[in-house]
Formats: sequence, structure tokens, C-alpha cells
Amino acid sequence: MVERRRFGNIFAHVVLCIGVLIVAFPIYLAFVASTQDTATIANGQMSLLPGGHFLETYYKTLFIGSSGTTREPVSVMLFNSFVMAMMIAVGKIAISIISAYAIVYFRFPFRMSIFWLIFITLMLPVEVRIYPTYKIVADLHLLDSYAGLSLPLIASATATLLFRQFFMTVPDELLEASRIDGAGPFRFFWDTLLPLSRTNMAALFVILFILGWNQYLWPLLITTRDDMQTVQTGIRKMIASSDALTEWPVVMATAILAMLPPVFIVVAMQKLFVRGLVETEK
Amino acid sequence: MAPAHDGRGVMQKQTVFQSRLLPYALVAPQLAIVLIFFYWPAAQAVIQSFLLQDAFGLSTSFVWFDNYKDVLGASDYFNTIVRTFVFSFLIAISSLSLALLLAVMADKPLRGSALYRTFLIWPYAVAPPVVGVLWVFMLNPSLGVLAHGLRAMGFDWNPLLDGNQAASLIILAAAWKQISYNFLFFLAGLQAIPSSVIEAAAIDGARPARRFWTIVFPLLSPTIFFLIVINIVYAFFDTFGIIDTITRGGPANSTVTLVYKVYEDGLLGGNLGGSAAQSVILMGIVIALTAIQFRFVERKVNY
Repeated sequence: MVERRRFGNIFAHVVLCIGVLIVAFPIYLAFVASTQDTATIANGQMSLLPGGHFLETYYKTLFIGSSGTTREPVSVMLFNSFVMAMMIAVGKIAISIISAYAIVYFRFPFRMSIFWLIFITLMLPVEVRIYPTYKIVADLHLLDSYAGLSLPLIASATATLLFRQFFMTVPDELLEASRIDGAGPFRFFWDTLLPLSRTNMAALFVILFILGWNQYLWPLLITTRDDMQTVQTGIRKMIASSDALTEWPVVMATAILAMLPPVFIVVAMQKLFVRGLVETEK
Repeated sequence: MAPAHDGRGVMQKQTVFQSRLLPYALVAPQLAIVLIFFYWPAAQAVIQSFLLQDAFGLSTSFVWFDNYKDVLGASDYFNTIVRTFVFSFLIAISSLSLALLLAVMADKPLRGSALYRTFLIWPYAVAPPVVGVLWVFMLNPSLGVLAHGLRAMGFDWNPLLDGNQAASLIILAAAWKQISYNFLFFLAGLQAIPSSVIEAAAIDGARPARRFWTIVFPLLSPTIFFLIVINIVYAFFDTFGIIDTITRGGPANSTVTLVYKVYEDGLLGGNLGGSAAQSVILMGIVIALTAIQFRFVERKVNY
């Protein structure tokens, strides 16, 4: 720091506190609402301090569900979201790391064409080709299935590019050394490259898990059965058109539960998260 | 990240494995998924956008750009394009300026700055529909805590009826979610500025505000430019979940964006060619934005 200014620091603290307040207030309010009873909130007399209905609301949310339009317990939705996010994250990392390995460590006809075919997918998110993709998934009989939820979202190049980039930085000497030791492509991949990629994989996993968990439009379209909905699509159905019919504490408890896993990951693995974010979006 | 060094350049491994089939087997899974779930549907959209199907779906005919003319000629589509850009602009500006202010403050060696940082980044992890639910709850005209406040100040708040209020609610919620992301990248950008540059300016007698505008801000411009593009893309796509939980496009279509319109028109079914044309236009916009971003990335590489 160049100079120390007492006033400057106080000002910074004030600004940051206001920032934290802006960022945290909606979430605090959601938590408070989830601990109060439905009638109080519906009357517009919500208190700004936590109420005494915490266990009751969360029990109902997790195991019974809102009595509104959807009655699916939120634990089922959380499970679906978890499976989808895991399949997206693990699937993407698995197929990307091996294709990047092929592109970097082998020479074969059409190598660059294949690289470009994969690279171009970087440009278009699933939203712009949503109905044609829907039709294909329907034709493959994958509606209301975990494969249908995750496969189309795996079709993207970010991870491949990242691994390719990383493999380029791995010194050639490592490959020469393991060759002298008699290692083939599998041994080299498994014993040398994979351990070296561990941090990259973890950073990528953190980002992909959050992205997968937070998917909305795609699951909204392809799940029709209540027991296949994710927590993100389920919460929308809990808001009834009439205020009186919406069970706000349950909705808010669902919101809190829906943000818990990704928020936990961001806070607990802050370093990996920041690294993954900066690297995938560069 | 940019493919600039590909082809015959320096960026190739000198030692490689020899195998005829193995590399194909390794790229096969990704290639299969990309072809089935990316190229096939994208191609379908493009083909479909040049075709016209009769009302019973019995015959299709090739109609050149008629579907595009119909889509672009409709006044509500034009309005939607304008609306989407206005939304994007307002979301980007409000979120970026607040995030920059916070990042500049958090960059100072303050006590507890790590704690501030943690508190400021976690909304990144909150999904758009959940963001929508949080804001609709706070600003629900009959029971929202903030709505009561507005009412008490004599402001006639009713986003269920007033289109502009509904739009501002969407923009507010979307900008709120994006603060964390922008904050993180600004902070990284600020930390990359060598302190010697700033110290030199301080020795020359430049005060903090002046140092910020003449040194820090210009050095940060690559980050700012990158974030503007990212924020626009975000406002195009990720606001879908927010819009769908807060207003569902209403009242009277005042919060329908391009992506929301594709979704809504598709749900109604019917005009396949029209929806396909809409998708292709959207693809065009995204490709243009990505191209701008890559040009910029290239420049940063050559810096």
C-alpha cells in the first residue's frame, strides 16, 4: 500500500459492509421466512428475526413437500439435482481429458479438424438450440431420464480446451522418461498425466458441478414427471398464482436447501473455485 | 485458450505416441456427444428455418428467407430485441459499477478483507430461479418486506401490473446475482496491477482518485471489456430462470427477452420455421459476441 489513510480505510469498511448487506440481505430474509409460519407471512406481518418453526418447515419441505401445485418432497428433487450435476461434471471431465490426451499426444489424420469440431461448440449454449435438442432427446427416448438431463449439457468444449492447454505445459522429458521405462500410452496417462492434472480436475469439477446444479431451462423442458424434477424447476412450481396459496416458508426453505450445496462448495473450496472460474472463462 | 498457436506452430509436442486406432477411440465419446447433441440439433434449426410446413404438417416447402422476414418483420420481435439489449445494458452497467467499487475497496489491505471477500462471492453459486424466488418474495406487492417499505414511502409499487416496475425488478435481481462474478474478476485484475506503477504515481503526487482514473482504470480496461461481453451473454441467457420465476414474461410481455420468446413460442407449438429462425438469429448474436471476445483475448495475448 502506498499510504495509510485512516479515513480511507473507514470509508472502505463502510462500502464493503453495505456491499455485504446488499448481497446477503435477500438470503438472510429467505432464511428468516423459512422459520416462520405460513399465515404470518401471508398476512404480510413477517418478522425480521428468525421464528420458531425451523424444524417443522424443513421437515415438511424435505419429506412431504409443498401442498401447492407440486407435492414432491424436496429431498427427491435435491437427489435429482445432485445426480444431474455429478453426471455433468464427471462426464464432461472424463470425456474431455481423454480427447485432449488424444489431440495433444498423438498425431493422426483429421486431428485438427476434430479439434475444431469440438472447439466450435464453445460458442453456442444449449438455449439457442433448445427445441431441436429436445426433439432429439425425445426421439432417443431419453425424456425424464438422467441421461437426457445431462448428456446435452456435456456437449461443450471448455474442459477439452483447458486440458489441452495444460498438457501443452507438461514437459516432454516426462514422456521420454516414462517411455524409457517402457510405459505405453495407458501407463503414461494413468501414472504420470492424471496425477499431474489433479488440481485442474478439481478446479474444473467445482465449476462444472455448480453450473450443472444450477441448470434450469433444460430440466424444465425435458422433465414431465414430478419425481424427476430438479430442485430448480421444482421451486418455480411451488409459487402458486395466488399469494394465499403459496406456502412461502416451504418455498424459502427450498431456496435455502437449493443454494446450500453450491454455496458450500464456493466457500469451502474458495481457492479451487476461483481458479476454476478464471481458467474456464478466460 | 485462444487457438492462435495451433497448426504447425511451436505449440506442438515433439514426442508423441504412435498408434493408429487408439487416438480415435479416445476422441470418440466426446465426438459422438458433440455430433448428436450439438451439431445435429444446430443443423436442424438452420434447415428448419428455411422450410415452411403446412398447418397439418403434411408437406414442407423450401421458402428461402421468408421465415426470417416474418420473424424480423413482426413488431413484437423487434421490440423484444430492443428490450433484450436494454436489459443487458442496464444489468451490465449496474452490476459492473457496484462490483468495481467493491473490488477497489476489497483490494486495500484491510482487516477482515478475506471475510468480506468470502461474503461477496458466494451469491455466484445461487441459481437464477432461486434468485428470482428471493426477489419476488422481497418485492411481492402484498407481503414483501421491501414492497412494504416502498409503499410506506408513498411509492405505488405493483410489478404485477406495471411493466416498467416488473422490468426493473428483473434487472435488479439479475444485476444482484452478477455482482459476485464481476467482483471476483475485478479483484483478480486489480491484484495483477504492479504496485510499483501506483507507487510511482503516488510519489509524483497523484492522489488516490486521480491514480484510479489515470492508472488503475486504463490498466483494468481489458478486464472491463471482457466482463462487458460476459455480462451481456449472461443477461441474454441466464436471466431466463429469473424471468420465469418472477414475471413469466408479463405483464403484457414487458419482460420477454429473446431467449424467453424462443421458449414461449416453442411451448405454443405451431410455427416450427419461425421458432427455428429465431434460434438461428440468436446463434448469430452469440457468435458475434464470442467473436468480439476472441478478438479481445488475442489482443491480450499479444500485449
